[in-house]
Amino acid sequence: MTVLTLAKALNEGLRAAMDADPKVLVMGEDVGKLGGVFRVTDGLQKDFGEDRVIDTPLAESGIIGTAIGLALRGYRPVCEIQFDGFVFPAADQIITQLAKMPLRSLGKLKLPVVVRIPCGGGIGAVEHHSESPEAYFTHTGGLRVVACSNPVDAYTMIQDAVRCDDPIVFFEPKRRYWDKADVELDAPGLPLDKAKVVRTGSDVTLLAYGPMVKTCLESAAAAEEDGRSVEVIDLRSLSPLDMEVIAASVNRTGRCVVVHEAPVFTGLGGELAARISEACFYRLESPVLRVGGFSTPYPPSRLEDHYLPDLDRVLDAVDRVLAY
Amino acid sequence: MTAPTTGLTAPPELVQLLTPEGERIEHPDYHIDLTAEEVRSLYRDLVLVRRIDLEAVALQRQGELGLWASLLGQEAAQVGSGRALTGVDMAFPTYREHGVAWCRGVDPINLLGLFRGVNHGGWDPYEHNFHLYSIVIGTQTLHAVGYAMGIQRDGAEAASIVYFGDGATSQGDVNESFIWASVFNAPVVFFCQNNQWAISEPLEKQSRIPLYKRASGFGFPGVRVDGNDVFACLAVTRKALADARAGQGPTMVEAFTYRMGAHTTSDDPTRYRVADELEAWKLKDPIERVKAYLFRRELADQEFFDKVEAEADLLGKELRRACLALPDPSPEALFEHVYAEPHALMAEEREQYLSYLAGFER
Ligand SMILES: Cc1ncc(C[n+]2csc(CCOP(=O)(O)OP(=O)(O)O)c2C)c(N)n1
Ligand SMILES: [Mg+2]
Repeated sequence: MTVLTLAKALNEGLRAAMDADPKVLVMGEDVGKLGGVFRVTDGLQKDFGEDRVIDTPLAESGIIGTAIGLALRGYRPVCEIQFDGFVFPAADQIITQLAKMPLRSLGKLKLPVVVRIPCGGGIGAVEHHSESPEAYFTHTGGLRVVACSNPVDAYTMIQDAVRCDDPIVFFEPKRRYWDKADVELDAPGLPLDKAKVVRTGSDVTLLAYGPMVKTCLESAAAAEEDGRSVEVIDLRSLSPLDMEVIAASVNRTGRCVVVHEAPVFTGLGGELAARISEACFYRLESPVLRVGGFSTPYPPSRLEDHYLPDLDRVLDAVDRVLAY
Repeated sequence: MTAPTTGLTAPPELVQLLTPEGERIEHPDYHIDLTAEEVRSLYRDLVLVRRIDLEAVALQRQGELGLWASLLGQEAAQVGSGRALTGVDMAFPTYREHGVAWCRGVDPINLLGLFRGVNHGGWDPYEHNFHLYSIVIGTQTLHAVGYAMGIQRDGAEAASIVYFGDGATSQGDVNESFIWASVFNAPVVFFCQNNQWAISEPLEKQSRIPLYKRASGFGFPGVRVDGNDVFACLAVTRKALADARAGQGPTMVEAFTYRMGAHTTSDDPTRYRVADELEAWKLKDPIERVKAYLFRRELADQEFFDKVEAEADLLGKELRRACLALPDPSPEALFEHVYAEPHALMAEEREQYLSYLAGFER
């Protein structure tokens, strides 16, 4: 058992993946000597050399485009996008190429590329450093999309992502990078496409992922003091969704609230609500509610506490689903 | 498999008009004739801009700003080019152009507002012909070219100038902007401040040739200027702007300078660069050489320097006061200015959120 921050757990996971397979590469801006602006790749260049841990020119389209080429040549690149707001110059390579090439080759080409993206707000940053762009990618067939929420999952999920033969967009909750947990380095993790019940309850199901899992756990603890039993599910996989675990829970509780930082309008919560209404229609006691960001550009940091879902807004939604 | 560092070891074909020792020298292509008053005025700009920057760094350290991107070391590049602009020219900055903002008359409190997180900029770009800061690397180069194409179509005698860094030259947008400017012969000046670093990555991670040489491949002239020499930056930018306004198309100016501070207040440069490098560049300080020149030529006396110092102190104090007095935006501001026209979803979310907030007051 080792106490690791989420950032360090990813670092250890990447190290294990690189040890296990010489084809695994790490590439991105400032990932070498600096170890990435969040230090997720700290020390990797020193230990694996400049050919495996590559400080790239400052161009995101270039990072993903060349990662595709490297993957075509048998490598397994793990690309770091420095901040969520800077993935868009690479959108063309991700959406028109990375996501579609395997199908176009009728399965002859595999693109085991991992696109790591620190995501979400809550760190008082300037523009473009606090976004939650997951729905752009879950809306793109051909990509797997996952989000880790804690050090234990981060450690195994990054290794599973590297081993997976599909392209994966891997979201990391940047405001949780410094959260610590005991990590069992030899313990196998839950498969990458599985959701996890992280707190059991019987009145309401909260669905969350990435940074909002902790917020939901805190909300559930607070709700308990008011005599409410709230179940929390960490989705882990955003595409595909683990409907088995989700539906089993909502069929038991009959009430569900989806929480994400991304805008509610056409966000992942909409897809979840629709699926739950199909899968749990006869058990639902209330509509599925969504708590999330507004349909505005991410605000300046002095307003982000209003924009981001917090304990009060989650509890308010819990009250509202229970009022039906 | 790493490229040799040819970009850095190539002879620095710098346009220089004022040596680091404060000695005035001539250049065959670039002349400048400055009155004593003009030199003193440039000196004042340099000192005040540095003071704004120092005050902002201090405010960030004290938790009053979320972040600050220091321009320390780049004052001459920014003041020289900024003072070359006329009122009709349009400037497109990155996030570090506090010195250019100063020259354009943007009150520095606006810059602090952005880094404090009360807004995303918020000054009127038309009032000062100074566009909003761009944080997404390289994106503004295309905007500047498009703006220049507009100037061209208006038949106006003006130009646009766009600021970007050495790292930015790798971006697709920047390379596309070079192509567009060239193909349309747009009246734009590409002002690249090569401060040797893109966060932790030195120039050789971006280029194997001196950056100004990139221009010729795109079909327009490129020139490298001593970015710590305010006279040379002024002269070279003036000429590039004049050429653009006269219909001769784009020029790329590479201002060869050094980022003397951290990338931003979040950065720790000791992780990736040696202290000797900074010490070497300190000898080329952009302000010291103007001071030496003013002394040497007896263009200013101690009283003048004291006066500028006192003005800087006052400016710093005033900026601090204004920063602490900046009101936090109200939650309604979340929904303002997202659209120019009424928008049902905005109205709905605004109404829902404000009534949710009102619930706490009951
Ligand atoms: C598209 C994009 N990718 C990454 C970043 C993160 N980032 C901010 S500044 C920077 C380095 C910029 O270097 P340079 O262009 O030389 O400008 P300087 O900061 O040195 O003035 C990077 C990678 C960004 N802002 N935008
Ligand atoms: Mg730079």
